[in-house]
Amino acid sequence: MNKKLFSFLTLAVMCTGIMSGCSSSSKASDSEEDEDVYEQTLTVSDEEYYTRFKGDDISINVYNWGEYISTGADEGTLDVNAEFEKLTGIKVNYTNFATNEELYAKLKGGGASYDIIIPSDYMISKMIKEELIQKIDYSNIPNFSYIMDNFRNMAYDPENEYSVPYTWGTVGIIYDESVIDIPEEEIDWDILWNEQYTDQILMFDNPRDAFAIAEIMLGYSLNTENPDELKAAMEKLKQQKKYVQAYVMDEIFDKMGAGDALIAPYYAGDALTIMEENDSLNFVVPKSGTNLFVDAMCIPSNAKQKEAAEMYINFMCEPDIAFANIDYICYSTPHSAAFEMLDEEVQNDPISYPDEELIANRTDVFVNLSDDANKLMQDLWTEMKSSEDEAVNRWLVPIFLIGCLVTVIVVLIRRHIKNKKDIF
Amino acid sequence: MKQLKVLSLPYIVWMIIFILVPLVMVAVFAFTNENGSVTIDNISNVGQYSNIFVRSIWLALIATAICLVLAYPVAYILSRMEKHKQGTMLMIVMLPMWMNFLLRTYAWMTLLGNNGIINHLLGLVGLGPYKLINTSGAVVLGMVYNYLPFMILPLYSVMEKIDKSVIEAASDLGCNRGSVIFKVVVPLSLPGITSGITMVFVPAISTFIISRMLGGGSNLLIGDLIEMQFLGNSYNPHLGAAISLVLMVIILVIMTVMNQFSPDDQVLI
Repeated sequence: MNKKLFSFLTLAVMCTGIMSGCSSSSKASDSEEDEDVYEQTLTVSDEEYYTRFKGDDISINVYNWGEYISTGADEGTLDVNAEFEKLTGIKVNYTNFATNEELYAKLKGGGASYDIIIPSDYMISKMIKEELIQKIDYSNIPNFSYIMDNFRNMAYDPENEYSVPYTWGTVGIIYDESVIDIPEEEIDWDILWNEQYTDQILMFDNPRDAFAIAEIMLGYSLNTENPDELKAAMEKLKQQKKYVQAYVMDEIFDKMGAGDALIAPYYAGDALTIMEENDSLNFVVPKSGTNLFVDAMCIPSNAKQKEAAEMYINFMCEPDIAFANIDYICYSTPHSAAFEMLDEEVQNDPISYPDEELIANRTDVFVNLSDDANKLMQDLWTEMKSSEDEAVNRWLVPIFLIGCLVTVIVVLIRRHIKNKKDIF
Repeated sequence: MKQLKVLSLPYIVWMIIFILVPLVMVAVFAFTNENGSVTIDNISNVGQYSNIFVRSIWLALIATAICLVLAYPVAYILSRMEKHKQGTMLMIVMLPMWMNFLLRTYAWMTLLGNNGIINHLLGLVGLGPYKLINTSGAVVLGMVYNYLPFMILPLYSVMEKIDKSVIEAASDLGCNRGSVIFKVVVPLSLPGITSGITMVFVPAISTFIISRMLGGGSNLLIGDLIEMQFLGNSYNPHLGAAISLVLMVIILVIMTVMNQFSPDDQVLI
């Protein structure tokens, strides 16, 4: 009861508090040491490179996910944007988005101009296709050399011309160990279809992620555009519907944290945050494979300050900065030097850094689907979501409207007749 | 009189920029496709979502009816109270509205959850746990809770103006308590009833966050459907605009019907 009340009260601050909780504890052991390190060792590779725009009064617009950069909110951490401004004299206007689609709608609408955006994999390939982002001049980003080989030339950007990876992670299953007594190695996606846990299962409320799980189970590619395979995946999701308590996204934090549900699929970095809240939770990356997601820095086609934007990307790839960010946001890093700087414990953590064999052979990265496939997926998703309803005749609503109009006309005519009578 | 007209200019400008222009844009989007050519495909595609429309209308009607039943006695009692008490009571009615809408709905998630407070209390007396959240009942509850003040306020403001002597006269002339209510108070408060229904029904039919939070995502409403078109994977603003347009027509028609029941000189909209 108390816990409930408490969780309710914390809801208000949850959105802002989520990530900071995760970062503070991850370095609780060596925070003092870190503080010194941060204060003194912010050395950049080439000071001259960064200072060439000093005094030009330039500003860049950075559009990033919420809580996705080290802000210096916790003691001893680095305020990355402030450091950049101090070093280069370029002003950073930093704003947040919540979903890739929101970012896309903003760019597509053309109302806003950004210099740096950080979309995810499939959105990057979509933006490349629609020419919403432009090629990056990698000679301006010497620090790109730190990016690990297996995060270059990813499927969404095969020639690696448009993006610089920022973070990555996997999708896995978060579950309540104290109730689900199955050894970790045996947990696989089918647990989300287990009748035994009816009404205790949460599921992604977003078609791409939800279909991906069904596609893995059916042995299809995560980027399949085959209508039959998509339909089969939808049937699979339909079977699951009766066991699912709710389709949610960020509510997973609350529901899993409070013990309202036992099993949910989610992103590794966020799962770590939820696990801080509730000790009995555990997270596994299923052996049968999963989706690997990458968020990468890109420059929109209509960017006003391309060179300054490249400088910002280079700055984000400075080892100290990349480490500060990754330490704060708890996702996994594609940056070799930042990875080396992490605690050994974190480096070997199977949640953040699953073994390489799994990454290499059994993960898939999303790429953008064709418009037709996207539309089909959306339609199937809507169909699945409203599948419990009895089929309704599509003429029902028009008939209802006509009925309403007839009523109005009848009332008006009666009133008219009555008024006429009153005159006489 | 002329000078007064000038004063309305700012609002007229506001109305043109922020109400009229967006409305026209919605209509333009609804009748075009990505290439900009005119089409009615979007509108005819809305037909495949009939079940979602029916459910939205149905749930909104139930919520409106419950609001009316709950609010009517409250508004009547409020309006018959002594003046100085009315202010305090009205404030209590308004109090939940001072809190953020999302937070209020979040609170219901905590109350109704499987391990929530209600199931916990029921568990103490050996009942349950019942499945409360993620049902269409929970969605209706959310609508009623959030929109109840919008029903009470117009009812109260109309009833407050009913002269006490009218009711006394009715009693003098032989009406019992029941017929005072149904023959005098109800007809006199009709404008309040219609505007109350409008103010509850319209937001209830287009809500999306309530169904997502309390309906568990499996009780799709029109609002969810529209949101999916703009911020979902498929990004189809043309279909989204068409759905919005159809929804507007439905609301307009329903409101027209409503207005037939109010006295001639007080037609709304």
